[in-house]
Amino acid sequence: MRSTGYLIVGVFFGIVMYKSEAASWFRIYEMFQFDSIHMYGLMGAALLVGIIAVQLIKSKRLKNIEGEEIIIPDKKRSIARYIIGGIFFGLGWALAGACPGPMFVLVGAGYFPILIVIFGAVIGTWIYGMLRSKLPH
Amino acid sequence: MEWIFQPWPWYVSGPLIALTMIILIFLGKNFGVSSNLRTICTLCGADKTSSFFQIDWRTQRWNLLVVIGAIIGGFIASNYLSNDQVPEIQLETIATLNELGFQSAGKTYMPTELYGEAAFVSPKNIFLLLIGGMLVGFGSRYAGGCTSGHSISGISNLQIPSLIATIGFFIGGLIMVHFIFPFLF
Repeated sequence: MRSTGYLIVGVFFGIVMYKSEAASWFRIYEMFQFDSIHMYGLMGAALLVGIIAVQLIKSKRLKNIEGEEIIIPDKKRSIARYIIGGIFFGLGWALAGACPGPMFVLVGAGYFPILIVIFGAVIGTWIYGMLRSKLPH
Repeated sequence: MEWIFQPWPWYVSGPLIALTMIILIFLGKNFGVSSNLRTICTLCGADKTSSFFQIDWRTQRWNLLVVIGAIIGGFIASNYLSNDQVPEIQLETIATLNELGFQSAGKTYMPTELYGEAAFVSPKNIFLLLIGGMLVGFGSRYAGGCTSGHSISGISNLQIPSLIATIGFFIGGLIMVHFIFPFLF
């Protein structure tokens, strides 16, 4: 039952990613050219609703479906890992034109060369796991 | 109902992305897609190579289901909720892309130059897609999250680290598009 719920959330997310064109390589390129408000508006509108919702959840101490108070853990403090890791991510995001969510959406949409990107993303994750202790965090 | 088949404007889609995050919060989970890449590594046997992958994949089963759903969502959206949707990118963007050699700009959802049928037979193309994917995978785990985990979930929770990561995403993207693309295409 719960499994079906997660599956449906995923289906909904996938449809939104495709229909909003956040899964289009062209929209990502256009964003990095600062030619259109589209992607900025998309993220801005998501954040406007997201920030208000999360602040409400925290201030009203709302409970989740399990009946537990919702606690969203803070991210660990650092600068190096976020800026360096972020730059690596951004380089790939602009080249492949897809971040992890849209990668999977595009499989369903039938753009099968994206499987090469997903394969690369798994390898990249694996490399990070092997090198983690040697990298500045 | 005709609007469903049209491209969805950002002011409709944006709040729907937030809704995805909010539903997952109420289900007791955190919205973050790139964690699945780590789980997939574990399922492929990466736990024998690094303690980073020694996680119980069952605790991440829910997230794998979200991803499977996203694949189904992509199938439904492209086949049943669209009439050959083509992003209406700006004319100057199309002009810049044409100069780079992307003739499909403004004509297709994804560039046929990178994601068309010929993608699998061009070594250069396979290399570019592979490198792009590796950078995304490496970078998202290094930064501890991707666009969903940091740029949406993290910033919604007013996390400075997520803002720093998102600035990093943009620095990387701008370097790629403005300084590296001229050498690649």
